[in-house]
Amino acid sequence: MTVMQIVQQLFNSMGITMEIFFVTLVTSLILGLGLALVRMSKSRILSLIAKFYISVMRGTPLMLQLLVVYFGPFFIFGMQITPSYRLKAVLIGFALNYAAYFAEIYRSGIAAIPVGQYEAARMLGYSKTQTFVHIVMPQVIKRIIPPVANETITLVKDTSLAFTLAVAEVFTVTKQLVASQSSVVPFIVAGIFYYVFNLVVAVFFDYLEKKLSYYR
Amino acid sequence: MRLLEMNHIKKSFDGQEVLKDISIHVDEGEVLSIIGPSGSGKSTMLRCATMLETIDDGEIIYLGDKAAVSRDGHAAYAKAADLKKIHNYYGLVFQNFNLFPHYSVLKNITDAPMRVQKRGKAEVYAEARELLRKMGLEDKENAYPYQLSGGQQQRVSIARALAMKPKILFFDEPTSALDPELTGEILKIIKDLAAEKMTMVIVTHEMNFAKNVSDYVVFMDKGVIVEEGKPEDVFNSENQRMKEFLGKFEA
Repeated sequence: MTVMQIVQQLFNSMGITMEIFFVTLVTSLILGLGLALVRMSKSRILSLIAKFYISVMRGTPLMLQLLVVYFGPFFIFGMQITPSYRLKAVLIGFALNYAAYFAEIYRSGIAAIPVGQYEAARMLGYSKTQTFVHIVMPQVIKRIIPPVANETITLVKDTSLAFTLAVAEVFTVTKQLVASQSSVVPFIVAGIFYYVFNLVVAVFFDYLEKKLSYYR
Repeated sequence: MRLLEMNHIKKSFDGQEVLKDISIHVDEGEVLSIIGPSGSGKSTMLRCATMLETIDDGEIIYLGDKAAVSRDGHAAYAKAADLKKIHNYYGLVFQNFNLFPHYSVLKNITDAPMRVQKRGKAEVYAEARELLRKMGLEDKENAYPYQLSGGQQQRVSIARALAMKPKILFFDEPTSALDPELTGEILKIIKDLAAEKMTMVIVTHEMNFAKNVSDYVVFMDKGVIVEEGKPEDVFNSENQRMKEFLGKFEA
């Protein structure tokens, strides 16, 4: 296999890595917001459940969680596991895990909004939903961009954990190629791929941060 | 016409009685000042009037509409829909302005009239620009709050409250976060509003201002009204506590 062929083979796996990345990012950012709201809700029970969920998700290895999501349906419900379920299990596992981290980021952002903002909104007659959507959330987003950027960069690298379920993303294919071709070239190509990917992510978040710096 | 009546208001925080049977009323076009030392309950009174805090007992009546009534020794609030209507009668200017930092000056003023009151954009914008002109901020409509001085921010927040066309405007120590020079700007604006017969309730530490601008002054201490009446009477009161308080001020 020539270097070009190796790159070609890896190139196909990059699509899977990006799919895991984007699907996880979108779903966990949405799930995380919901989870943060439950965590901050007035109901003690709901809040405690959310707190426990976050604690488990952050306190156990993502690799273990992926295995549980993959094998769980068989061991718990006796369902037949098909190979096509592998990628789905990865996506579900990642979304559930990252939602926990994002929930805590949202929570810190929401908690940092001064109570005066809520009171001013109330005095002007905004409903609770209007206050949250138009007054609170825009300010939360500005505040949480740095920690979200951090988490997103981690996510790019964490996609390699999908090798646990033998999903053909970059890391899985890299390992296979290194073994079959007795070459370190795949390692180098994979390293460059992850690095460039994260460079793009960092540039994007820098841009977002600048775009929202029109106010303080 | 009576715009606001608060009768026998009682309020405790964790067993600590902050308001002990306080009654005030405000007629149309009147300026009421509430003065008193820190911890006297005057800000709490204002927060109860604007329903940022709930009262334990007593009644709150705006323009004859009952927001809260006393029932079996407890305050019973009106239905949400009624409270929403009553809410439209008043506005509040905060000590720390509480402008929305992500909105420009103009948007701070126009967003609620459009989003909440569903008024037309052209009308709301024209009125907002007129308010900004009155506040001497016509060149600041595109600025963001962080670019303004404290006095300018407070003027925007007054404009924001006025844009909702309240019948009665509350001020919670509007100059306490400002230096003396900026304080003057704000007091002048409140004076102008008083001249236009805007009905206002002002919690303040500015004694001279309270003396000059108010129609009626209430002096509170430790959760009760110690002295009340026309400014000339209250400021010349023989009441010991009142004299002590003013004495401290003149010292």
